[in-house]
Amino acid sequence: MTHQPPRPGPVAAIGRRLGGHHLLWPTLTLLALLLGNVAFQHDFFSVRVRDGHLYGSLVDILQFGAPLTLVALGMTLVIATRGIDLSVGATVAIAAALACGHISTSARPGSVTTVLTAVALALGVAVVLGLANGLLVSGLGVQPIVATLILMVAGRGVAQLITGGQIVTVTSAPYKMIGGGYWLTFPFAVLLATALVVLTALLTRRTALGLLIESVGGNPAASRLVGIRAGGLLALVYVFSALCAAVAGLMISSNVSSADGNNAGLWIELDAILAVVVGGTALTGGRFSIGGTVLGALIIQTLSTTVYTLGVPPETTLVFKAFVVVVVCLVQSPVFRAKVLRRRGRTTPRPRSTADAAPHQQEVRA
Amino acid sequence: MVSPSTPRPPDPGGPRPRPVLEARGIHKQFAGTVALDGVALRLFPGEVHALMGENGAGKSTLIKVLTGVHPADGGTLLVDGRPQAFADPLQAQRAGISTVYQEVNLCPNLSVAENILVGREPRRFGLVDRSALRRRAAELLRELDLDLDVTAPLGSHSLAVQQLVAIARAVDVSAKVLVLDEPTSSLDREEVAQLFTLVRRLRDRGAAVLFVTHFLDQVFDLCDRVTVLRNGRLEGEYPIDRLTPMTLVQRMIGGELATLDQLSGRARREAAARTTGEPFLRARRLTRAGAIEPYDLDIHAGEVVGLAGLLGSGRTEAARLLFGADSADGGEVGIEGEKVRLRTPRHAIARGIAFCSENRKAEGLVGELTVRENIVLALQAARGWTRPLTRAKQDELARHWIETLDIRPADPEAQVRHLSGGNQQKVLLARWLLTAPRLLILDEPTRGIDIGAKAEIQKLVARLAGEGTAVLFVSAELDEVLRLSHRIAVLRDHRMVATLTNDGSVTPERILTTIATGADS
Amino acid sequence: MSTGTAGTAARPTRPFATVSPRTRTRVPLLVTAVLLVAMFTVGSVRYEGFLSAQVGLNLLIDNGFLLVVAVGATFVVLTGGIDLSVGSMVALSTVLTAWLVESQGRPLAAVVPLVLLVGAASGALMGWIIHTFEIQPFVVTLAGMFLARGLCYTISTESVTITDPTTVALAQTRLYGPGGLFVSIPVVVALAVLVLAFVVLHHTRFGRTVYALGGNESSARLMGLPVGTTKIAVYAVSGLCSALGGLLLTLYMLSGYALHAMGMELDAIAATVIGGTLLTGGSGFVLGTALGVLVLGMIQTFVNFQGTLSSWWTRIVIGALLLVFIVLQRLMGGRRPAAG
Repeated sequence: MTHQPPRPGPVAAIGRRLGGHHLLWPTLTLLALLLGNVAFQHDFFSVRVRDGHLYGSLVDILQFGAPLTLVALGMTLVIATRGIDLSVGATVAIAAALACGHISTSARPGSVTTVLTAVALALGVAVVLGLANGLLVSGLGVQPIVATLILMVAGRGVAQLITGGQIVTVTSAPYKMIGGGYWLTFPFAVLLATALVVLTALLTRRTALGLLIESVGGNPAASRLVGIRAGGLLALVYVFSALCAAVAGLMISSNVSSADGNNAGLWIELDAILAVVVGGTALTGGRFSIGGTVLGALIIQTLSTTVYTLGVPPETTLVFKAFVVVVVCLVQSPVFRAKVLRRRGRTTPRPRSTADAAPHQQEVRA
Repeated sequence: MVSPSTPRPPDPGGPRPRPVLEARGIHKQFAGTVALDGVALRLFPGEVHALMGENGAGKSTLIKVLTGVHPADGGTLLVDGRPQAFADPLQAQRAGISTVYQEVNLCPNLSVAENILVGREPRRFGLVDRSALRRRAAELLRELDLDLDVTAPLGSHSLAVQQLVAIARAVDVSAKVLVLDEPTSSLDREEVAQLFTLVRRLRDRGAAVLFVTHFLDQVFDLCDRVTVLRNGRLEGEYPIDRLTPMTLVQRMIGGELATLDQLSGRARREAAARTTGEPFLRARRLTRAGAIEPYDLDIHAGEVVGLAGLLGSGRTEAARLLFGADSADGGEVGIEGEKVRLRTPRHAIARGIAFCSENRKAEGLVGELTVRENIVLALQAARGWTRPLTRAKQDELARHWIETLDIRPADPEAQVRHLSGGNQQKVLLARWLLTAPRLLILDEPTRGIDIGAKAEIQKLVARLAGEGTAVLFVSAELDEVLRLSHRIAVLRDHRMVATLTNDGSVTPERILTTIATGADS
Repeated sequence: MSTGTAGTAARPTRPFATVSPRTRTRVPLLVTAVLLVAMFTVGSVRYEGFLSAQVGLNLLIDNGFLLVVAVGATFVVLTGGIDLSVGSMVALSTVLTAWLVESQGRPLAAVVPLVLLVGAASGALMGWIIHTFEIQPFVVTLAGMFLARGLCYTISTESVTITDPTTVALAQTRLYGPGGLFVSIPVVVALAVLVLAFVVLHHTRFGRTVYALGGNESSARLMGLPVGTTKIAVYAVSGLCSALGGLLLTLYMLSGYALHAMGMELDAIAATVIGGTLLTGGSGFVLGTALGVLVLGMIQTFVNFQGTLSSWWTRIVIGALLLVFIVLQRLMGGRRPAAG
């Protein structure tokens, strides 16, 4: 019931002054987390080269964070259109099951051709799954959370159907490369994720795709009147999200050389949503930030690593995540800003920010 | 702060009883914009009182203040002579003020009986007594002479019946003051008659009814007194028999009629020349049920056609059909002699038609995108995502149009939602102008923007027409319609009642008469 | 929002627009009932021993806890919200109960009210955040889901088996009826909850406000209904039902474990949808939810009887049913056009 347009709060105003970058807060959070780790583990920042491979906690964070980064990447575009994709975890499991299933039953599991076929198979099915989500959302007009819930429920069953309920293990050097291999001393998964992130950034920012997606998510009614075909765009982002999830599934299963229909990518959809939101893309759609999402994914991964380093049960990461979700969403909520931040601004006036805001207002009203 | 021009109504019927609801000096501001400035209203028992005003006059805000949706920033509300302040609709209801809104604000999934009594259901042993609920609802409806199946879900009844049910609920909550906010805008003639019978019956039982409508006939048909608002101020309060449709429209639209005569003669001189030959767009019997009756319209290249009429007369609805913003139910459109179907905006855009919606925020701009992005959006949408405008090209376009239209701040990277209304409107214009449209449809392009920007936009429209663009100009302000248009189509009650050629014979009075009476004298 | 609004935007075309609203709300329910009967018939024909009253009762015994949780979810879904935290709340209740009874030696009679209170309070808290700060329900309950699951692990990472004699006795109690048929105590509790929920939803002001809220929230507010209180209350009910479901699951499993009830939020929502409740709110029946739970249980029973079928078919079939029902709901007049 707010009738006023959300004004930039004092925090945002200061943020603008400090270079005005939307990545400021995620970056600071990540740095704080990393520095916090040094207190517990003094060689946290050290990176060594052993056997021609990079080793170290930072490398681990990057490597284990790669699948999450990818899933979050796809999720970013979906969320930018005011949607949500709950089915990515299931897609991860299905892709892993398909690829591992294909390789394990093949006569020459070690051949590159087999692995490429397996990858193509997984990606192909992901396209179909994404298209199904996209059609439910854009064609039938089902709410995204409901549409993708279907695959979220059924997907793990499908994955287990493919693996026959077993954990399918594969011994294939080329497949191992995807998630666990090294190339030019770097973990291949990190390189792959980086490449896909850069590719997506180019695709959205060097073509008009990003602008059109932001327009559709920011104001669907206006976008229709400008002549943007939202249906195709919606289908596209869900397909893209499924593809990203499939690649993540390949990485995860390759890293552990097996596909587990039950546990591969479990809850990754939630981590991905969290990463997107922490990265500064609002759940209400519109503006998205790929850089923010990458930082968000790394924050989540660092959080997991930190909890592990602290020696508390790794599962308690969930408690931290819960608080992060609540805090980030509250800060993003216009109502919360209006109720809490403004009240605070009134009782403890900040001359700098108000001085900053006032002439700005006049200037634009002129 | 009460408007000095407030005429006190003489009391024809001797000493009146005390007003059941009185508002004095009401102020209300939204985000720095003054919506109500010292507005007063008096409602007496046993009267139907019309609240009239054009767009932005402050009618809906006043109603929301009276019914507790928004608290007032200043002023006094008196109920039965006692000061009251409402924090929410419930408190207003408890004080005896019930409201029926234009869009039926009931729950279509609940039964008729429940809609009437939800929140006040008869209970037995703490549980809702369903048979008593049905009986009570049926009794209430019978009192109002309505015979309905009270167990059917509300959504299964027609809009008119839903409206009547809403009134039944309001009456049951309190029969003291009943606020009807445009209850007839989507009803047909018979349904309106049914509703009026009910309203009259309630009035005769002593209720005070505040009636908001855009239909002049209905005001003269039903109401006893009228309060007119203009630009957030009280224009005056009149007994209905002191007004004619003509004088009422004048008071709503305002403007010193004398100054309207000093219009630039350019549009008039050129009018005859522009309207000959093959029109760019020709609409025949174009219609959409519930929005606009079948109408004919020709728009020539280089011609400005004005759509005049009161708010709710169907002017926006008529314009939207020509852009495919809403799809037509019947009739046809020809563009340069070729028959076309404009089912979606894309079809219209492909034919060189552009449309600036009256609702800049909801349907025009993408608030969190920058000025540059908003400006290139239409062109980019037409090119598709695979053929992006380079950043250099975007910057060039943005800079060019920011300069041409004097958009401020002159920062292409400013978020468009932080701009003032006038500058937002210019951004919207820039978006379409860079697509070089053949026909530009402008729906209320000067509403809610400051005088300077308004004049600039008017000049721009004249220049565009001079360069050969066809323009359809929709506005509530007669003087700008008259100043700019070569021809003026007049709408009234969802019908196009006349098309006047602006050749010097058209005076503001003539348009007002046409609006008021539905015929060109 | 409603069929009654006169918007200028194009209305979505609906193939079944002529179907009356009353029929529209009942068709999915009817479909579910027919489905249930058909499944039972097919099962009876195909499998020996399927056609017995005890198989029917076993459905309840094996799914009593789910029924309670799904009933709670129905309240939330009826208002147009969603509660993703229910599975984790169930797990938290099992862990909390097992830990208090086993490790701390508290009497079950004291533990039960405490667990119920924790459930209701956390539900109310989530409802309060959703209402006060206007944050989407799925985000808030997602946080609740993380938090509850995480708290499980902080209490115990291992499964805690319950050996407390009172609890064990309670769990093993069989209530025998005619013909040697029996049910367990959780079944009785679940049925009582179902009846109570039915009465509350259909015969109290609170219940009718829940429907009004799902029908049109802004209307409900303008009609002067207590929108905020009701919203908070439905999440509290959902939390309470999850906690109670967790207690029943504890009796069923005789253990508390952080990995219990994985994905139960999905089962609960699926049961609600299959039972004919619109995910957009405002329409549905709590008895339909019971049918939905029975359908889910029946799928499981099928999979068990058909030895060759594997357990994952349950999820696939549930997903397929969900798809069918959601598309059905949409075609029968889902009320919200999608964004874009």
